[in-house]
Amino acid sequence: MLRVERAGVALDGAKVVVEVGFALEEGDWLGLIGPNGAGKTTLLRAVAGLVPYTGSIRIEGDEVSALGRRAAARRVAVVPQIPVIPPDANVLEYVVLGRTPHLGYAGSPGPRDVVAARSALARLDGAHLADRRLGSLSGGERQRAVLARAVAQDAMLLLLDEPTSALDVGAQQQVLELVASLRADGGLTVLSAMHDLTHAGQYADRLLLLDGGREQASGRPHEVLTEQLIARHFGASVRVVRDEEAGIAVVPLRPQIESGQPVP
Amino acid sequence: MAGVTGLRARLSARPERALRGVTLRWAVAAGLFVVVSALLGLALGPVDLGVGAVAREVVSHVPLLGVESSFSDTEDAILWELRAPRVALGLLVGAMLASAGAGYQGVFRNPLADPYLLGAAAGAGLGATIVIAYDVGGDGGLELRPAAAFVGAMAGVGIAYLLGRSVGGRQTATLILAGVTVASFLTAVQTFVQQRSAETVQEVYSWILGQLETSGWTDVLIVLPYAIVSAVALLLHRRLLDVLAVGDDEAASLGIPVARVRLLVVAAATLGTAAAVAFSGLIAFVGIIVPHAVRLLAGTSYRVVLPLSLAFGGGFLVLVDLVSRTVVAPAQLPIGVVTAFLGAPFFALVLRTTRTVGP
Repeated sequence: MLRVERAGVALDGAKVVVEVGFALEEGDWLGLIGPNGAGKTTLLRAVAGLVPYTGSIRIEGDEVSALGRRAAARRVAVVPQIPVIPPDANVLEYVVLGRTPHLGYAGSPGPRDVVAARSALARLDGAHLADRRLGSLSGGERQRAVLARAVAQDAMLLLLDEPTSALDVGAQQQVLELVASLRADGGLTVLSAMHDLTHAGQYADRLLLLDGGREQASGRPHEVLTEQLIARHFGASVRVVRDEEAGIAVVPLRPQIESGQPVP
Repeated sequence: MAGVTGLRARLSARPERALRGVTLRWAVAAGLFVVVSALLGLALGPVDLGVGAVAREVVSHVPLLGVESSFSDTEDAILWELRAPRVALGLLVGAMLASAGAGYQGVFRNPLADPYLLGAAAGAGLGATIVIAYDVGGDGGLELRPAAAFVGAMAGVGIAYLLGRSVGGRQTATLILAGVTVASFLTAVQTFVQQRSAETVQEVYSWILGQLETSGWTDVLIVLPYAIVSAVALLLHRRLLDVLAVGDDEAASLGIPVARVRLLVVAAATLGTAAAVAFSGLIAFVGIIVPHAVRLLAGTSYRVVLPLSLAFGGGFLVLVDLVSRTVVAPAQLPIGVVTAFLGAPFFALVLRTTRTVGP
């Protein structure tokens, strides 16, 4: 359903994404990993049609840049890394904003849109949040509202830009589980940039490692999450642990000082 | 878990209705406010016509009701030739300034935005002053005033926006500082033009300070089309302003052509501002006071703020005008002085509650 071929993005003359290619079938979850500044966010923005790109990005056969803004928004929903939260809006009003691409230019949301918003909230176990002010929510609750807005958008492709970066470990897990369940029962296709490599390995079924805007590796999590690749591209020393239950865990190690002694 | 979710979903499945914009209660309140302020504005003044008598006179013009007016010809003339145009102009100007303020606040995502503080009003003042001082098109530039004011106002707001963006990105205060800078400069140029033309200096001076003095219905009829276009365009965008509240990027990802919406809303708000300034001079803070009062009382969605700002803005300015012509009677205060007197403290209050807004 999503086909990216030799996609490139230049921002202010600098090549931020270079010749990246991958394809997603319905229901796939591809995790984009890579150090800060690797081009993950920019690639997501290109897929959403928010920045001009070279090469080709097709959703269901249609070039994203050729779709109008509204048509693109009906196919692709974006959860940004740091969503702008209007603190005084209530959650239901906010989730209804997800219906925007289904309304006319000057149209107003009707009862059907409210139903769609409420059911999106319910799917994210957030029905009880409907009347709360956004400003009064915890980080995890807020992220659920943002996800609900994306779900209400009724798009087939969900782009997540580090959806858990501001959350504690429990809320991170909750949010990722919710995305996994949306994918399982809604046939939603997910493309997400992820910071936490362990989570990336646990939730995505394939990973693509970006560095310097280029694809450095891609494949099943155990093929991409190797100690060598992580050392080379993140400059981190880690141990990759394979566990029956946990799957792959990426455990950071304290760097050794030159004598080989552990840092006290 | 699934069972709990299902139960919750069922519990919240009360009959759905569309998300309300303005509730009936607020619509009635806004209507009453407009009617009462208009009646007071018509009845009170150097000659007290009496609210009841004015109401009877107005109703007597409705056919088939059989209500007789008690007015003499003089009172009739005072009502229809002097006060009614003034009240009508007040309603239009107040509605335009308040809704323009709300529009600017939404489009710039800045609670402090106001036609006066963005350089729009000053630009409009300059445009109109040039037309008056050089008597462009004859007739004291009466017909051309709104158009010239619009050009000046667009330039003012445009420069303020570009200046603010080049200096400080998204900081709330930056745009306002840029606007105040542009406004001071344009006001200086405006004063220069005004002083150079000795014959019109008195006329320009009394107009620019803000007044609703009319030369009868002509002014009202010239302003009316601008007011209608501005109000309709702003109202059409009220929901999109709610979408813009989540930022340009997210609004774009929700399918909104952000740049076009911004341009249209700014143009509509500026058109309203320009028409208001062209006939009533610089009236500050209406665009801050009214939308914020509406937000505090009735709700923060622009689907509520814009229509209610139109209504309450109109009524508010009629009441302010009433104060400005009675408080030092028989002399009159410029109406802009009264709005500034009320608005400056209000602005300080808004500033205090929004100081955390920023990047």
